[in-house]
Amino acid sequence: MSEAKKYNAPVTNPETAPFWEAAKAGKFMIKRCTTCGEAHYFPRAICPFCFSDKTVWEESSGEATVYTYSLMRKSPTGPYAIAYVTLKEGPSLQTNIVDCDLETVKIGQKVKVVWKPTDGAPLPFFTPA
Amino acid sequence: MTIKGKAYIAGIYEHPTRHAPDKSTAQLHAEVAKGAIEDAGLTKDDIDGYFCAGDAPGGLWPMVDYLGLNTKKLRHVDSTETGGCSYLIHLGHAAEAIAAGKCSVALVTLAGKPRTGPMPPRASGAEADFELAYGATTHNAYGMCAMRHMHDYGTTSEQLAWIKVAASHHAQYNPHAMLKEVVTVEDVLNSPMISDPLHRMDCCVVTDGGGAMIVTTPEIAKSLKKPLVRLIGHGEAMKGPRGGKDLDLTYSAGVWSGPRAFEEAGVTPKDIKYASIYDSFTITVLMQLEDLGFCKKGEGGKFVADGNLISGVGKLPFNTDGGGLCSNHPVNRGGMTKILEAVRQLRGEAHPKVQVQNCDLAIAHGTGGLLGVRHAASTCILERA
Repeated sequence: MSEAKKYNAPVTNPETAPFWEAAKAGKFMIKRCTTCGEAHYFPRAICPFCFSDKTVWEESSGEATVYTYSLMRKSPTGPYAIAYVTLKEGPSLQTNIVDCDLETVKIGQKVKVVWKPTDGAPLPFFTPA
Repeated sequence: MTIKGKAYIAGIYEHPTRHAPDKSTAQLHAEVAKGAIEDAGLTKDDIDGYFCAGDAPGGLWPMVDYLGLNTKKLRHVDSTETGGCSYLIHLGHAAEAIAAGKCSVALVTLAGKPRTGPMPPRASGAEADFELAYGATTHNAYGMCAMRHMHDYGTTSEQLAWIKVAASHHAQYNPHAMLKEVVTVEDVLNSPMISDPLHRMDCCVVTDGGGAMIVTTPEIAKSLKKPLVRLIGHGEAMKGPRGGKDLDLTYSAGVWSGPRAFEEAGVTPKDIKYASIYDSFTITVLMQLEDLGFCKKGEGGKFVADGNLISGVGKLPFNTDGGGLCSNHPVNRGGMTKILEAVRQLRGEAHPKVQVQNCDLAIAHGTGGLLGVRHAASTCILERA
């Protein structure tokens, strides 16, 4: 059911446009601060940790582990598994676990990024690795 | 500078309705305002401060005009919007304004009709493109907290169920409660799974209705006829994923708002006789009890089990009106009703079956927003004067 789900295209803005341009090429980008060295997600121009404006784009491996999840049993578009996953590079982010038996999702499970189309740039989701 | 003892809650009113197809949202605000003003023994013309949040149609300008507040007198307004805990923050801000001489009689209103009218969409910020598609709702955002809490600390569904069981024991004595039936742990576990690991009975009710309070100076409060209840400590805090670093969904902003309030009040969790704890879901209560220091982090499951939250049975009577889990959760915002039942307990006006004996110190605490995403927390320590 969730496979057939239609997603709205991201609105995008000047600050995040490079993320969505990279997404069209299948690249999952995060931001890293060259002052404090910390990576963050979603991407900001100013580092949310040290407030430096020296942030640069970095391609993530797209490899992550499930931090937590919850299987929503009913919705207008069917059941879906919301989750936070922690990227190999450090930052955790909100997503859905897709393209699998949702009953088998587990904390600590290895997952990898997968893209779902919209009328604009594709959206990142995660699926068992 | 402290607000300790500088502001009193002189009037309270909880709308008896839980289903209001025949009323407007603005009308419900007016009805609860009228109720709180009359409970205090004041008049509308005495109001010189007004507080409302995102549930008030159009916000401050239309509400002040619709209610017909005396604009020659009205000299302090505040529309702080932090979801369900807005009204706990309003209480703290009202006390600050009163202590600073900016107003002397503040009205705070909450009302709405999630059962019988449209609800405004949740506003989103810079995260929208990176989160909206994933369908975070209250159920699954709190479900994610519960799932991780179980993983890290071994918390069980049975333990969470005890929170609902305790609320239902109290709700049976509240004639206005939406759900008056006493339930068992088994009932909760056998109710349908909504968003793992939360069952239907782990979730609060959805109700039309509202509530209001009057916050005033010590002098004015003492000139009125109601038992005296004053605010002696207040804390507020916010928490979010903040760039995704060190994500930990097993604690809330209550770990910061709680100590701020206790420190200002000069009391500790052990001193509290009655606790109003926001109960949007059972996990909300469990995490807040830990975060406020009623037990250690991770031991909330043991703390709430076996009726420890039932008035007259356990050590920490909570939500003796039946709370959001059974009685009322107007506009999907539980902060106001938390304050109202704490005031009833301190006045000695709770139902005799649930009234805590010698209740002279209470806490009202809540969160707003989504516990598993971005949220605020606010803690109020209230004392019978």
